[in-house]
Amino acid sequence: MNWGSWLLWGFAATIILTTISAVAQGLGLTRMNLPYMLGTMFTPDRDRARLYGFGVHVVFGWIFSLIYVLLFQALGAAGWWRGLVFGLIHASFVLVMVVSLLPGLHPRMASEQQGPTAQNMLEPPGFLALHYGVQTPLAIVVSHAVFGTILGAFYHLK
Amino acid sequence: VPKISDYGLVGDCRSAALVSRYGSIDWLCWPRFDSPSIFAAILDREKGGYWSISPVGPCQFHRAYVRETNVLQTEFICPTGRATLTDLMPVAPEEFKHRHMLPDHQLLRQVVCSEGELELQIDFCPRAGYGAQRVKIRDLGACGLRLDVGRGAYWLRSSVPLPPPTEGIHTRVILQRGDELQFALSYAEEAPSILPVLGEPVRTAIDRSIQWWQEWAGKSNYRGPYRDAVTRSALVLKLMAYAPSGAIVAAPTTSLPERIGDNLNWDYRYCWLRDASLTIRALLGLGYVHEAESFLTWLLHATRLTQPELRILYTLYGEIAPREKELEHLGGYRDSLPVRVGNGARAQLQLDVYGEVIDASAQYARRMGRFDRSTQDVLIGLGKYVARNWNLPDEGIWEPRSGGRNHTHSRLSCWMALQRLLDLEENGILQGVPRQAFARERDRIREQIERRAWNETLESYVSVLDGDEVDATLLRIPWCGFEAAHSERMKRTYRRVQEHLGTGDGLLYRYTRQPQEGAFGICCFWAVEYLALGGGTLEQAHRRFARLLDYGNDLGLFAEEVDPESGEAMGNFPQAFTHIGLISGALTLEEQAHQRASSAAPAEASAATKELKR
Repeated sequence: MNWGSWLLWGFAATIILTTISAVAQGLGLTRMNLPYMLGTMFTPDRDRARLYGFGVHVVFGWIFSLIYVLLFQALGAAGWWRGLVFGLIHASFVLVMVVSLLPGLHPRMASEQQGPTAQNMLEPPGFLALHYGVQTPLAIVVSHAVFGTILGAFYHLK
Repeated sequence: VPKISDYGLVGDCRSAALVSRYGSIDWLCWPRFDSPSIFAAILDREKGGYWSISPVGPCQFHRAYVRETNVLQTEFICPTGRATLTDLMPVAPEEFKHRHMLPDHQLLRQVVCSEGELELQIDFCPRAGYGAQRVKIRDLGACGLRLDVGRGAYWLRSSVPLPPPTEGIHTRVILQRGDELQFALSYAEEAPSILPVLGEPVRTAIDRSIQWWQEWAGKSNYRGPYRDAVTRSALVLKLMAYAPSGAIVAAPTTSLPERIGDNLNWDYRYCWLRDASLTIRALLGLGYVHEAESFLTWLLHATRLTQPELRILYTLYGEIAPREKELEHLGGYRDSLPVRVGNGARAQLQLDVYGEVIDASAQYARRMGRFDRSTQDVLIGLGKYVARNWNLPDEGIWEPRSGGRNHTHSRLSCWMALQRLLDLEENGILQGVPRQAFARERDRIREQIERRAWNETLESYVSVLDGDEVDATLLRIPWCGFEAAHSERMKRTYRRVQEHLGTGDGLLYRYTRQPQEGAFGICCFWAVEYLALGGGTLEQAHRRFARLLDYGNDLGLFAEEVDPESGEAMGNFPQAFTHIGLISGALTLEEQAHQRASSAAPAEASAATKELKR
């Protein structure tokens, strides 16, 4: 396990994933703001939510990149295409599992069945996060594919 | 089509909506004043989109703002019952927003039946992009109805079940005494968006908004006889201020015509430095320092790339206003075409802007007693620009689009700019002013105005140098401190302005132009100020002011112009310029009353002493 390479490229890949998400939002491809969504788990304050969410997202990114790295180690090889495949699997997991579980996990998110309440006011993501824009799944897939590709391409096994 | 004066305005210092007397929202642009509309029925009933809540059958409509707020209430008085519709965009203190999740942009509509029973017709017909795009409405069950438009999403939530949506919703609801109906429309460009919650949170939001507006209105230090009109005007101006940046729009609408059926239709949803500076001066006069600070900060930011040169108008974030274009798919207000967005005046040179910006800054400094170094540098830079360029022909305050001319008012404003900077330097507020150069140019401007802006034949100051026509800006000469209102020249000028531009009961056109537009709101108030400053008596000024107040609508809102024959509002609505004139007029009346009282007091005291001695 190359700890230094993991720390460096795990961080870089996470920052690039976050940047791609922000660009996708800025270009109007999706309305989803990941740091904001994560940060509102901890505070109702919008500005702080973005800040906290960014920090949480970086930590999550690092943790996920550790899983990628462990898989590379287990396979005995990295490489961009392996990273790309992991990224696509990761994106599918996020879109299918995480997104559907989110209303139950997020303390401020409304459920589709009961609608918003004074405590749970955030719009639920819907199937494949399509409520946040029809191109949201595409943005998630692309950003995670790039995340995996960077890790695969630049992580050096020891 | 409702009259322009049939509309009321609600807003949250980010955007605003026009609500007709009959309960229809006919103008709404989100997320900003200058965004494309989602409701624009005021510009085209069929294509523009609207959201109406109105009783079925014959009914009387009474409306009023909740006292000293921008929360509008419309009462439906029908043969079978009564109900009150409350419209607002909720506002809240910043600390509250940090602790609670609130939708980015929200419009609340609540109907409460207070008597008997009545049936309401509800029509929700959104059309995006100034009516160009039909909007698909998706039913997301308990979460409400979602409308995806461009990069944002609207959410509509209702306390009663709505029929399956298509491109619009049309339904009827029967309300009985005590029944309550709530709707919330929100907009967000970021997901997950915050969904509006109905029931108690709406009632609380209404109460919170009322309290917020009343606290804001209560900070006014105006104690004169026109408190209601002045407070309403201040509340309107506050709605025009775009809170996130500090910019101030001239009006929240586009293309409401200055002449019905004609082409004098312009987009006013941008920040004209002149109008914004005058707004700040009016609000400062009432004691609202925070708004002045925000605007000065915005000004320094917005003009950074062009300083010391100023453009005349900017977007809310200080960008160059978009090019003017015509929306050919819209029919216009009462067939007044074209409907325009963007503004072609963006490239004009209007030298009076410098005077207004510097004067507003000077008024701020008089209250705060200081400027930081960068603000001082900006102001001195503006002064240097004025000293170099005051002699250029420009488009002038009325933006006639007929090329540059030597406007007297522009010269007057340049004179005021240099005079104010010299005053600030003398009072120790500005350091580094090139005193000699500024004083020399100021005197040259004075000499030119006195020589070339005075027409011996007409016996009046005239609107352009060596010209032979008057315009209403000449009444500003005493206000700027250039010449006393009671001087012979000013008295003759006032007479000439009255003869050539006077119309109706205390109304004035802004200039001579055929065919004439309506009487111009702010010019009418300038005449009041002229009289109050010594051109007439205070009583004359008060009488004229009181008459002008009658030209506002039943809510106290003024448009840009007034049709002298019908008294009907014309032009974009409501118009900051006219409300600025109202506040400025009321403040001048009050100041003059105080001055005369304080100068009369020593005279009376001395007379009493003499009497005692005798």
